[in-house]
Amino acid sequence: MTDIKNHPITDAVAENITKVEELAYELLINQVMTRDIATISPADTMEFVANLFREKRISGAPVLNDGELVGILSIEDLIRCLRAVDLFSAVNKYMSTQLITVKEFDPVIEALKTFVHNRVGRLPVLDEHNKLVGIITKGDITRGLLKKLTNEFQQEEIRVYRASHLFEDIISTRTSLVLRYNIKPRDFIHGGTASSYIKRALMRLGASPQIARRCGIAIYEAEMNLIIHSRNGGIIRVEIEPHQITMETIDDGPGIQDVDLAMKPGFSTATEQVREMGFGAGMGLANITRCVDQLKIDSSLERGTRLKMKIFLKEQESFGDSRGNRLEGTP
Amino acid sequence: MNTQELINIIDGTLLTEGCDFTREIKGGCGADLMSDVLASIQPNAILLTGLCNPQVIRTSQMADVAAIVFVRGKRPPPETIALANMECIPLISSPYGTFELCGRLYAAGLPSLENPVTDGDCGCDE
Repeated sequence: MTDIKNHPITDAVAENITKVEELAYELLINQVMTRDIATISPADTMEFVANLFREKRISGAPVLNDGELVGILSIEDLIRCLRAVDLFSAVNKYMSTQLITVKEFDPVIEALKTFVHNRVGRLPVLDEHNKLVGIITKGDITRGLLKKLTNEFQQEEIRVYRASHLFEDIISTRTSLVLRYNIKPRDFIHGGTASSYIKRALMRLGASPQIARRCGIAIYEAEMNLIIHSRNGGIIRVEIEPHQITMETIDDGPGIQDVDLAMKPGFSTATEQVREMGFGAGMGLANITRCVDQLKIDSSLERGTRLKMKIFLKEQESFGDSRGNRLEGTP
Repeated sequence: MNTQELINIIDGTLLTEGCDFTREIKGGCGADLMSDVLASIQPNAILLTGLCNPQVIRTSQMADVAAIVFVRGKRPPPETIALANMECIPLISSPYGTFELCGRLYAAGLPSLENPVTDGDCGCDE
């Protein structure tokens, strides 16, 4: 990891943070600024300032006169004073009165722009009545953006992380994860919901987009077949193993009269209503064949239809570490 | 091309919320048969279709479709829009027909992302 302390972001870098650019527009200055700040008055001696900077480990402070912001004093001003051996002078001799400030309800990007165009390390933040409410530094911005990024991505990341380590963390002779879904006949509104869950589960387990897509398309065609053709609906069963994915649909009728004919592209027994919905073009089984490595259809008019689809995963596509999660001496 | 550029080219109306306007669109595909879409479309394409039911969204989700354009000013029912919002797939309605839309998008440099039929009858062998 980069040590932010030893590699402070430069102005050029600050301007080019494209990935967090969006957040820089979303996040407000008062969400990242430092509120609890040390302030000094124009009459304070520079010696007092030197002690303050050392004690608080800060490199600058705003100068307030009766609550009004009148200047800012930075470590460079203090060095000028030290070189002149002039520590008993007052702050107002060395402070900078050409103030560059930002407003607390402005987006962080405004502060970033100001940093890029001015050689300053910190900016006083004012409220709508021009009262000082805080200080913002580049470090504050970096921290604020990182925190926001972490919060936004944490949830899905934790899900993906936990799921994708499932097969590594559990040791057995043969580990598999089984998902089951009940599918209602003619439920066109919810058709594809199970397939959607299955595709998402595969992504969370760390499947490549290509594998998730192939599985998604195949099981979606099969799910729609259950909805369109089955008498009483059916069951989808998906078994995920480190090296292969097996997807099955099971129904109890009416069965396919001629499987070879059903496999023929363009052959369909779908009704006009189903065709109007964009299905029943007779491409389903052909599509499934294209997406999976192995397709078995077992159908009879008495028992119904059982569709079994398999996708074999190459070594680099397998879930978890296929060597680390199996007991020795197993096939 | 991104979603915002697409909307400009086709005089489109965005029907969904929270759209990522910067998502890169790699090409296009036009079909009313969902199995044709599943059989031919490559990832990150826009889908031009006249079909408005929720299955269009499911199909698009399975096939990694970047955005859906409804041709001839068609407006999908609320359940379709709700599903699209949930799955974060932008829906756009355009007043033009499929032929006009394909022409405009092709002219703007958007290629076809439809796999052609290769073996004479179905395109099922790659």
